[in-house]
Formats: sequence, C-alpha cells, structure tokens
Amino acid sequence: MSAAETSARRGSLGWLAVPALVFFVGFGVIPLVGVLLLSFTSWDGLGDIHFAGLTSWTAVLADPGLPHALWVTFLVMALSWLAQTPISLLLGVFLAGSQRYRAMLSVLYFVPLVLSSAAIAITYKALLDPNFGLGAGLRISLLSQDWLGEPGLALGVVVFVVSWQFIPFHSLIYQGGVRQIPRSLYEAAELDGAGRVRQFFSITLPQLKYTIITSSTLMVVGSLTFFDLIFVLTAGGPGDATRVLALDMYKRGFQANLMGPASVIAVILVLVGLALALVLRRVGGRDASASQLDGAA
Amino acid sequence: MASTTTSRRTFLSLALGLPAGAALAACGTSGPSGTGGGGGPGANASYWYLTGQPQEGIRVDAVKRFNAANPSSQITATGFQNDAFKTKIKTAIGAGQAPTLIWGWGGGTLRSYAKAGQVDDLTSWFAENPAIKSRLLPTSFDAATVDGKLYAMPCETVQPIVLFYNKKVFDSVGAQPPQSWGELMALVTTFNNKNIAPFSLGGQSRWTNMMWLEFLFDRIGGPEVFHAIFAGEKNSWSNPGAIEALTKLQDLVKANGFIKGFSSITADSNADQALLYTGRAAMMLHGSWSYGIQQTNGGDFVSGGSIGFQSFPPVEGGKGDPSNTVGNPAQYISISAKASADEKKIAKQYLTTGVLADDEVKAWIATGGVPVVQGTDSQLAASKDAKFLQFIYNTASKAKAFGQSWDQALSPTAAEALLDNISKLFQLTLSPQQFADNMNAVIGQ
Repeated sequence: MSAAETSARRGSLGWLAVPALVFFVGFGVIPLVGVLLLSFTSWDGLGDIHFAGLTSWTAVLADPGLPHALWVTFLVMALSWLAQTPISLLLGVFLAGSQRYRAMLSVLYFVPLVLSSAAIAITYKALLDPNFGLGAGLRISLLSQDWLGEPGLALGVVVFVVSWQFIPFHSLIYQGGVRQIPRSLYEAAELDGAGRVRQFFSITLPQLKYTIITSSTLMVVGSLTFFDLIFVLTAGGPGDATRVLALDMYKRGFQANLMGPASVIAVILVLVGLALALVLRRVGGRDASASQLDGAA
Repeated sequence: MASTTTSRRTFLSLALGLPAGAALAACGTSGPSGTGGGGGPGANASYWYLTGQPQEGIRVDAVKRFNAANPSSQITATGFQNDAFKTKIKTAIGAGQAPTLIWGWGGGTLRSYAKAGQVDDLTSWFAENPAIKSRLLPTSFDAATVDGKLYAMPCETVQPIVLFYNKKVFDSVGAQPPQSWGELMALVTTFNNKNIAPFSLGGQSRWTNMMWLEFLFDRIGGPEVFHAIFAGEKNSWSNPGAIEALTKLQDLVKANGFIKGFSSITADSNADQALLYTGRAAMMLHGSWSYGIQQTNGGDFVSGGSIGFQSFPPVEGGKGDPSNTVGNPAQYISISAKASADEKKIAKQYLTTGVLADDEVKAWIATGGVPVVQGTDSQLAASKDAKFLQFIYNTASKAKAFGQSWDQALSPTAAEALLDNISKLFQLTLSPQQFADNMNAVIGQ
C-alpha cells in the first residue's frame, strides 16, 4: 500500500480506532492521571487520601534507592538488549530460509514465548537452586553456583532468563523482516561476486534497519516494565541487587503501603519510557514506519 | 510472621505484572473479582482463608460445619495463597470490598485497619460474651488490641519460634545441640568441617532471617530493646544490645553458619525444611508450624523420631530470660466495618460457635498445632505428637515474655523497611551501625 493510499483511507476508516482509543483512555490515560494526582498525596491504601504537596517527591528523589533502581533497570535494559539483538537477528535470518527443517525449528524456538513469565521464573528458580537444582543433581560444580544469591550472578541470571523468554519473539520479527527483502538484491549481489557474509552485512543488515529499530524499541521500553519474572525469580534480591524500578514501585506501594512515593516512581517510569521511545524514534529518522523496500514501496 | 502455610508460591505476579500494568498497578484500585465483596441485604457473609495443607483443610472444614449447622446463615469462603492474600486483602479493604470476616496476624496491620476505621471494635461484644474471651489463651489478646480496644478475635494456633535440629546428623558427628551462643558458634565449625551446613535458612523470604534477630535482640538486650523500638523511642535501634546482636548475627554469617545460597532459598517452596530433613543442614530456626510441614513432607523424619527441637539458647552475659520466646501468639479474625448488619450478625455467630469449635481444636492438635484454647493439656498429652505439643504449650504459656513477630507487630511501612534492611544485613552489605541508622530513620512510621 502506498503512503498516499494510506492517508486517503485514514479519514474514512478513522472510526476503526475508536475501540482502541476507548481502551487506551480507560486503561492508559485515566490511570496515568490518577497516578500523577496520587503522587502529590499521602495514602496508605486503606484510609483517607490526604494532599501532601511535594513530600513524596522529595522523599523519593532524596532516597539512594532511586538511583540504584534506575541503575539496575538500565543494566537489565542494556544487557538484555545486547544479548537479545544479535541472537534474534541471526536466528531470524536463519529461520527466514524456506527449508522445511527450519520451519520445524522455528516452531520449537517459539515455545518460550507461549509460557507465562511466572511459570518460567518458577522453573528457572528450581533449576538453579544451589542445593536441589540442576548443578547439585548432575554433580556439575560449574552449574552449582549460588546463581540467585550472588548480586552479580543474580543480575546475569535475570538478563539470561529475560533473553531466553523474548528472543523467540524478536526472532519472529526479524524473520518477517528478512522475508520482505527482495530476492533481486541478493541475485544482483551474487552476480557481483559477493559471498554469504558480505551479503549479510551489505544487504540484509541495512535492509533490516527499521526492523532493528522496532525490535529495539520494544526491548528497551518493554524492559522498563519487567516485573513478574524478577518478582518471582529473585524478589529484587539478594539485598536490592535486582530491584528494578517497577519492583521498587510495587514494594513501596503494596508492601510498605506508601502509595504516594510509589506513584512518584510510576510517574518517573512513564517519563523514562516516553523519553526512551522518543530517542529511539529520533535515531530511526522521522518516519520509522516508512518502507525501505524497493518495488514494494 | 509471614507464613503458616506449606506452600505459597508467588503467583501474585500473574495478577499484577503485566507490561502495561506499570501505571495501573500503582493505581491500586483493582478490587477482588466477584468472590468477596459487600453484597446486599440477606447476602452471605464472606471469608477469605489461606491455602496450603494441612491448615487449609481445617479452615475449610470449620466453615463447612458452620454452614451445615446454620442453614439460614451461610458463609462463602474463598482461598488465597499467602503472599497473594496479603496484598489482595489490603487492596480490597482499601477499596471497600473487604470480606465480612478479615483473617490476619494482628499487630501493626490490624492497627492500620483499625486506624482507617475498616474493622469493627469488638470490645463491647467480648464484654457481653465473657465465655468466649475466657476460653482463649490470655497472651493471644495483646496483638488484637489497638489503643486498649479489641479489634479481633484470636483463632487457630499459637506458634512460637523453635530451634529444630536433625538428631541423625548430630549423632553422625557426635555433637550435642547448643545450650549457649558459644556452643552454637562452635557447632558451626564442627559441621562445616564435615561438609554439613550448620543452619538451613530460606533467606529470600526475609522474615526467616528476621527470626534470628528477634531472638538475638531478646537474649542479649532483653525484650525491652524491641519494646522501645515498638513504642517509637528515638534512636532505639542504636541500643548497645541491638548493636551487639547485629554484630553477632554477622559473625555467624561470616563463619558460614547458614547454608550456601541461603539468600536465594524461599520458605514458600519449603526448600529450607527439606534441607533439614534430608540432613544437608543440621539445624533450623523456624516457626512451630514447621513441625506439621516436616511431618507431611519429610517421610519418616518426624515419625521416626529424628526431629529434635528446643528453645533458642541463651547468649553469654545477655539480659534476656531464656524462657522468653517470639512468634505468632495466634491468628486473628476481625469483622469488616463495611459489612451489612446481616453479614455482621452471621460473622458474630461464626465467631461464637464456629471458630475453634471442639472438632477444629482436635484437627489442629492432630496436625501438630497447639490451639489458642485453654485447658487442652489432656488432649495434647494424648496425641501422637505429645512431646512436641506439650513443649510448644509450655513454651507459650510459661514464657516470661512472648514477643510478636516484628514484621507483624510493626506498621506495614516500618516492616517493609525492616525486612529490606535485614536482607542487606545478611548480605553483609550493611554494617550493624548502618542498619541501626537506616532503621532509626523509620521509627514511628
């Protein structure tokens, strides 16, 4: 579909956006306004809500827990992006081939995506148990580390499990992206004598530019809201080694009954998410949804 | 204390941890789904209970018996896992959607409900029905009292914290259970030399670590140290007794007193219990409910007489009486202030005739629990677990001071700060002095 056609249809089909808009307002905008208002109050979740001005904001901003949680969130984001992108990209390219065994494999690779985060976390927790886990069972000393009990290792495990869960999804995106690349480009490259590796770096990678940006945006913004997996796997521990922003918010709000400060963190979370999404859009040029494909554009 | 259940895996995340949930979760208005709630006139009273055997069965049976005996006043019961329950009930109460009967651990949480006017004052009801009050253990009422008024009825069992040990492991190294802190530290070396972990600990659950501090504070500085903290006295965490207790605890961590990887072990999965009955760890400090779990899960560990139990040993030169104990003086049921008159009537009827009826008392004893009812001595003595039950009964009734678990006694805000700092103390990332400073900052919250 051409860009002109798209905008021509947009007007007449605008009502199609209404259901999505209703949901967005109901579950996005209204709670967001609520959270913003709550961040200026003091409330224990039980009694009356009192207006408290900037008390919660000054309390949270002065708390050393906030920069720590921001740092952990950033680490999880950066490390899981670094781990996921190359693997998903390569897997996506591999699975884009039309051979039958690759189609079979892609079904298998897809499995982690259909499991719930809580189930994944419980499974890994059992496998990594220092006394009853895989390492102890197989008597492999390399595997019987205190995976979730050492701050550095625990963060590594979180990144690993997050990657394990989401690589299939991003592989799928890349697989779709690769299949969109016109064969003619590769045929021309072959005539010019380009090998496999050269083709990958000179054709596949540049053609996937927008796919990479889309997938990275999903990874980066998505990693801000990792909660369930980390909550079950480490509960933010040991100490506060894996306490990401979303977990910090939950603990303050629902365990310490401090809804005001928890709302402050929620607002910060939204701001960070918006800022990251904007930056990524900038990096990708103004119109990341435009197609780069020749012929099909 | 956080747990009385055998299994309370954290499925809570399923309900809360959605990618889009960042803003929604903080909003906290998601009430319970249809199961509980106020309801109109003539509606059944509602009651939420904790899942996990063997306790779950006893709770369900008690409600069933009540419903069978009172066809016109029914109770609808819904089960939740422990951690999910704690969050859910708090949210439901805040949203005015609480069940009629609010089950809990009393103390600081009950205080926060009472302060918000969410639970009924039962003082006059107890005054009108003296038989109900006099039937229960007097020690159980402290944690139901807020500013001199009773807001809950004690129920279920009294659960002091006990030092469990594996007799087989002790026999294999020819050691005796510790009678003092010095002996305890010596045993740490003995067991580590034999590649047996001295103590099992489910450190990720955090309240498990807290039990160690509760006893060390008491044995070293006496119950007055925590009383001062509870009363909100300034800098009371910096008491010399407190600092000594914190230092001794870190000495134990540094000496590898706890099993490798303790900070990633959860009490929910009962992995800490398994370490004891499989003989990988020699000892474990845990609530008395642990006995029932080990009986259920530990094969012949309990029936074969391999389980040992005693009170926490005294610390040389400490001020605390060795008979002092800490734990859960009882569990508690309150009545929601938001319930209708009909619902409250059914609820009171349940408190009068349903809670701790004779059948329920028998069932608790059969699972190794000591109900908070007076005069059960002969029943306890006749049980197959008589030795343990009488030990618990004596520990609870003869204690000079029975301290409530800190995380239950304090307000939820202070409790969360406490648990957070305790996990860092056990990680050795906080010094005793830093711990005290951090905790002094939240006194009175």
